Amino acid sequence: MAPKLPDHMHPTRSFQGLILTLHEYWASYGCVVLQPYDMEVGAGTFHPATTLRALGPKPWNAAYVQPSRRPKDGRYGENPNRLQHYYQYQVILKPNPPNLQELYLGSLQAIGVDPLLHDIRFVEDDWESPTLGAWGLGWECWCDGMEVSQFTYFQQVCGIECAPVSGELTYGLERLAMYVQGVDNVYDLNFNGREGAEKVTYGDVFLQAEQEYSRHNFEYADTAMLLRHFDDAEKECRALLKAGAPSQGEFHRLVFPAYDQAIKASHTFNLLDARGVISVTERQSYILRVRELAKACGEAFLRTEAGGATYLSMDGAGRAVDAGGSVSAVV
Amino acid sequence: MPDLLLELRSEEIPARMQRKAAGDLRKMITDGLVEAGLTYEAAREYWTSRRLALDVRGVTPRSKDVREERKGPSTKAPEQAIQGFLRSAGLTDISQAEIQSDPKKGDFYVARIVKQGRAAEEIIAELVPAVVRAFPWPKSMRWGAASGPKGIRYGNIEGRGGDTLRWVRPLQSIVCTFGPETEDPVVVDFEVDGIRSGNVTYGHRFHAPDAITVRRFDDYAARLEAAKVIVDADRRKEIILADARNLAFANGLDLVEDEGLLEEVSGLVEWPVVLMGGFDEDFLEIPPEVIRLTIRANQKCFVCASTSPSRVEGALSNRFILTANIEAKDGGAEIAHGNGKVVRARLSDALYFWKTDQHDLPDLGELKVSVEKFGLDLEKPLDQRMARLDHLNVTFHAKLGTQGERVERIRRLAREIAPIVGADPDLAERASVLAKADLQTEVVGEFPELQGGMGRKYAALQGEPPSVAAAIEEHYKPQGPSDRVPTDPVSISVALADKLDTLVGFWAIDEKPTGSKDPYALRRAALGVIRIVVENGVRLSLSGRTDTAIEEFACQIADAGRAAIAHRNPDGSITLKRSRDRILAEEHPSFAFSRTLIHDGLERGEFAITQDALGSDRLEWKPRREIVSDLLSFFHDRLKVYLRDQGARYDLIDAVLASGGSNDDLLTIVRRVEALGTFLDTEDGKNLLAGTKRAANILAAEEKKDTRIAEAVDPALFREDAEMALYEAVNLAESKAGQAIQDEDFSAAMRALSALRAPVDSFFDRVLVNDEDPAIRANRLALLARIRAATGQVADFSRIAG
Repeated sequence: MAPKLPDHMHPTRSFQGLILTLHEYWASYGCVVLQPYDMEVGAGTFHPATTLRALGPKPWNAAYVQPSRRPKDGRYGENPNRLQHYYQYQVILKPNPPNLQELYLGSLQAIGVDPLLHDIRFVEDDWESPTLGAWGLGWECWCDGMEVSQFTYFQQVCGIECAPVSGELTYGLERLAMYVQGVDNVYDLNFNGREGAEKVTYGDVFLQAEQEYSRHNFEYADTAMLLRHFDDAEKECRALLKAGAPSQGEFHRLVFPAYDQAIKASHTFNLLDARGVISVTERQSYILRVRELAKACGEAFLRTEAGGATYLSMDGAGRAVDAGGSVSAVV
Repeated sequence: MPDLLLELRSEEIPARMQRKAAGDLRKMITDGLVEAGLTYEAAREYWTSRRLALDVRGVTPRSKDVREERKGPSTKAPEQAIQGFLRSAGLTDISQAEIQSDPKKGDFYVARIVKQGRAAEEIIAELVPAVVRAFPWPKSMRWGAASGPKGIRYGNIEGRGGDTLRWVRPLQSIVCTFGPETEDPVVVDFEVDGIRSGNVTYGHRFHAPDAITVRRFDDYAARLEAAKVIVDADRRKEIILADARNLAFANGLDLVEDEGLLEEVSGLVEWPVVLMGGFDEDFLEIPPEVIRLTIRANQKCFVCASTSPSRVEGALSNRFILTANIEAKDGGAEIAHGNGKVVRARLSDALYFWKTDQHDLPDLGELKVSVEKFGLDLEKPLDQRMARLDHLNVTFHAKLGTQGERVERIRRLAREIAPIVGADPDLAERASVLAKADLQTEVVGEFPELQGGMGRKYAALQGEPPSVAAAIEEHYKPQGPSDRVPTDPVSISVALADKLDTLVGFWAIDEKPTGSKDPYALRRAALGVIRIVVENGVRLSLSGRTDTAIEEFACQIADAGRAAIAHRNPDGSITLKRSRDRILAEEHPSFAFSRTLIHDGLERGEFAITQDALGSDRLEWKPRREIVSDLLSFFHDRLKVYLRDQGARYDLIDAVLASGGSNDDLLTIVRRVEALGTFLDTEDGKNLLAGTKRAANILAAEEKKDTRIAEAVDPALFREDAEMALYEAVNLAESKAGQAIQDEDFSAAMRALSALRAPVDSFFDRVLVNDEDPAIRANRLALLARIRAATGQVADFSRIAG
């Protein structure tokens, strides 16, 4: 097992201790522990390690922290529970192991939640991401009535049937930390676990940024520029998908760069939405445009090595396989 | 007789699906047993969030042998036919068949086939996997390695592609035992997608995670209970309810009961433990309904009413009751504390919504156009919300335009109805304008079921007259047969206008209710109109009102410049096409449209409007006459249902509706039905009914034979005194009844008719209608026709039973 962390790094005392404990737990299970994706995304699901890797037949187990930006949720730092930038801890296991619920509960115990002291519940919540063309069935995980995680069995991503199904766990890190630290205001979270003069709080790190980004998201973001950026990202995504398209018997060569543009379009849309310049009717069409990009990227990904285009022959079977109707006849 | 125990254990099943799923399981399994030739004595289903279970008692151990006789070919048939017979009957040699003689056909073969009965276990082993695979979950999923592509292995599991099992959440184990009470039951052995049946289950996820071996239902339920799982959902509900009541009582409070929440909560736990939490009293300034819904929707907790003698009606306490799934080590202190924190956070949001709704909106400047359109006062918060509802072009229905347009129509309609029901037209108009404003409030955005109620509260807070505030809530009423009917004239005006507008709109786009489908609750709207009109004694011409409502729609389409007359269709109807900027009208003066033109077109009743509301689908409006008459007969149907529920005779309603006259005034119809019922209960009424029916029957028979009936009665052709007596009586009764009907004194009309009874009786006693002289016969038939006509002013007596 991993070396024991110093006391101040205990998950009940520090935000970073919570993250490190989860890293350790999922690394021990065998997950690839990744670092956050270096782009603005609305949720950990957008990380290509989830969106794209959930597709195709290849096994994949990964865990990572993902800063998530929801421009509309900005509250100028005045709401103790709502942030326009927060952290998700994301775990994806493909195919989902049969004991995924037990693994999840084990992770809660690892961060100090005793299931015989706290009421842990799996409450129906069917997850859907219209922009990613994704949906799955699962639960909100409640701890004493508070939603601390999202637990989903992906059925479809990028409009493509998942085969096999991945299990996705998303922990709301701030909420969880507030819970285990017993804090009512997110800005009061102890970040580094030290006390007195050495203590650094979540507010020390993020309060000013929350105020500034709220101003930016609601008041200052240049909408004309953003509208342009959306169009540019959409064009670039399509251009890259076209340029990288495989010829017979080859892989697609530009899926990840193309997908970056889809992410960019999605975040740009979220900013425009926060600025209130997108009408109800337009809204749907923007979501649809991002979904089309995500779908195209997903389809292209299946034509790559990571997407399992050669995985079938590695299996030794050497035959075309039904993987949601998309893999066959590629190689 | 053996019993069957079945348990399908899975990851957490959504609470709302459990009861139905368990019922489906019972039905599918017992139907399957019976279909396979088995019988059973009793079956009962059980469920928790993690399992569906079924207890079937007294199953027959084997299905019976079935004997069947199959006729074969003649003994002289060619070899080929005999071989075919052997194959189809499953025989190996023709010596196994019997020979029977038929006097006509001669000797032929007969095979006696015995289909052996099968052991119940064998049947169950086939049945359960089939049921599991075909289970009707409203939403199901794939999971794990088996959901991988065919031919690819993950560890020791191979992908099954599209054949993989689907279940509501991953299915983990199946218990299936079968056997008589006196012996150890056996495991019925089968496999579904890698899950092998057995006799092992697991208890409470945290309290008793170890394997439990079970034999039959009795020890299954008992062992699970020892492992902190109560499989009987109704028992869980009883426990939660009783404990919650006691806990509230012990704290000097009253539990606010909520059956829907109780059902849901009982499906979220296997071992219910009821606890109490609290929140700051400051939150009690939020309206109680909002508090209850906030705590219910987000936290699935019950609220408690205050029992203090000084409390306001419906006031809540600052305590709530939650149901945990564990017996916590600390007695539940942490759980109650944690839930309290979440409840407080939710109530902070609710308080924020409640306060935000009472404050100014940002960007009031951009609402100017809407403010002018509706005569709103931008100083007032609810007025601002109405302005925004209009400004944002919030859709009411894709084919029926925006909420703002809808409010405009309701406003004009309500103003027109106001004087009819004795309401101040200005108040009715003001109430209409604010009626839908709360759709733009934060609280209603969060809890749509509070629409109307919140509007009323906010209206009162901004100083609207009480009848206006009340009308905002009451215009949605009555919501059903048992809901209260508004009585304030202002509420009545808005309620009628709102419902008529809805009905006309959906009728026009042909979205009428069919069978069990009524997604827009149009039956409820029609019943609402009926109850408001009848129970308040309101006289209203329905066709007149629906006509006005249609016109509002049509003129709106024209005014918005969304339609211009484009061409006359071959069938004579007119198609209107969109012209947002009216250029079309200017460029083609002959196609110019105007409000008058549309009005005239509608007036002629030959109209079809094609509205191109959002520049996409073309929308066909049905001809106006068709809408009005169709809607009227819908009202009549609903009126029949309503009156029948009130105990009125169905045939009397039919008789009154068939008599013609002003059938679009529901109140008059109801009064006529009442008067008719009273009259028919009298001796005179019964006899007159008999006499009129006799007259009508004779007439109908003669009309069928094309016998000549005189145009008018000619007294010169009378031969009997009874004829003259009847003639005079009919003349008098007809005019008296006619006058009474005009005066709407239906009892008097009935009294006038009752004078006919004696002359009618003596006419039939003394006069033979079928005289040899055709002229006399025609004259007598004409006299009978007069009876029918006289009574027909009140009701079509031929439709009355008896």
